[in-house]
Amino acid sequence: METRIRAVHYLNQFFGRIGGEDRAHTEPLSRDGAVGPGLLFQQIFGREVEIVGTIICGDNYFNEHMGQATDALLSLIKGYEPEVVLAGPAFNAGRYGVACGAVCEAVTRELGIPAVTGMFRENPGVEMFRSLVYIVETGGSALGMQDAAKTMAGLAVKLAKGEPLGSPAEEGYLARGIRKNIFASERGAARAVAMLLRKLEGEPYTTEYPMPAFDRVAPMPPIERLGEATIALVTSGGIVPKGNPDHIESSSASRYGKYDISGIMSLSPQSHETAHGGDDPTYANEDPHRVLPLDVVRDLEREGVIGRLYPYYYATVGNGTSVANAREFAREIAGELVRDGVQAVILSST
Amino acid sequence: MAKEIERAGIPVVHVCTIVPISRTVGANRIVPAVAIPHPLGDPGKSRDEEKTLRRRLVEKALRALQTRIEGQTVFGD
Repeated sequence: METRIRAVHYLNQFFGRIGGEDRAHTEPLSRDGAVGPGLLFQQIFGREVEIVGTIICGDNYFNEHMGQATDALLSLIKGYEPEVVLAGPAFNAGRYGVACGAVCEAVTRELGIPAVTGMFRENPGVEMFRSLVYIVETGGSALGMQDAAKTMAGLAVKLAKGEPLGSPAEEGYLARGIRKNIFASERGAARAVAMLLRKLEGEPYTTEYPMPAFDRVAPMPPIERLGEATIALVTSGGIVPKGNPDHIESSSASRYGKYDISGIMSLSPQSHETAHGGDDPTYANEDPHRVLPLDVVRDLEREGVIGRLYPYYYATVGNGTSVANAREFAREIAGELVRDGVQAVILSST
Repeated sequence: MAKEIERAGIPVVHVCTIVPISRTVGANRIVPAVAIPHPLGDPGKSRDEEKTLRRRLVEKALRALQTRIEGQTVFGD
């Protein structure tokens, strides 16, 4: 009898067919065989690979208990004795991307088994894990499932068989920053001149050694006199006045809101709600302070612990929102805060 | 957003649950929160207990803003 490569697939509660946000606290569990997108993977694999088990964990459970969840998932994975592990793809889902990256990293390191996941370039899981695991670049949403599954499946088979891989661009995964010696048909000097000529002509060229981009901002000095300082509240948790007057999108936000809170001492389910569509909105809608702590900041202002609360708060939805948009919102917000003498910001995120 | 506001010259404290994401986006002062859908509250507690919990988190955030740091710092317990 032919032997098929044994694969295990990791999914979140949604793709694992357990449920939506209301089941995001699902603890690690396993199902024999393929589930959800695993059926598509199985179809692509044909007879070469068999998905022997699917491991599922809720996105909130994973991200809130990363160590415990990883250990539990590893032992479930180990039980299936796989030769390769697949995770996701997570597309632009941040919590899911972090989970997929962490699972693949742990599988590779602890079990010594190759692992492949897939994510959209801006998924926070990419920056966290790209140097450690194979992450196939996918589109931003599940519309890209077919393409992602094909590339991930191809890479998984190569890794399981120990076949040599081509460059990240050829294989479709995000470069891990590993340098590999290869024999080129032309000398380095000739390649460099050819590249330079293309650059001078304004034609596209591909560098052989991309420079790492470190974008870090040095920490600002601390506030000296808190009792005299003006503090502002900003949130990516989508707390908006009831009815969402600025129509901030529940995901991939293209705008933010600036809301007057002068004279407002607290928020209520009647006055405010969340526009965030990336997690269960029940808790924030019941009590918006669970995301925007206006009540206690007002108390601290009255007690003189802080000088003054800035009379506006800013809100957007940080759910699949592009880095470029978030940067633009923050630049505009920061411009106003600097102009108005705000000395510090409390930024809350869901 | 934390990074861009800080770049403009205002110290930011990021109160959030998934600390690794906050590190990745470049926040400098990070205060770990309660849970993803309710970072500054806990529906399992009474309203008063919840407000006390929220106050402790905000006080921790304010302490972070008053603390001199060299690089990314997580203000845990």
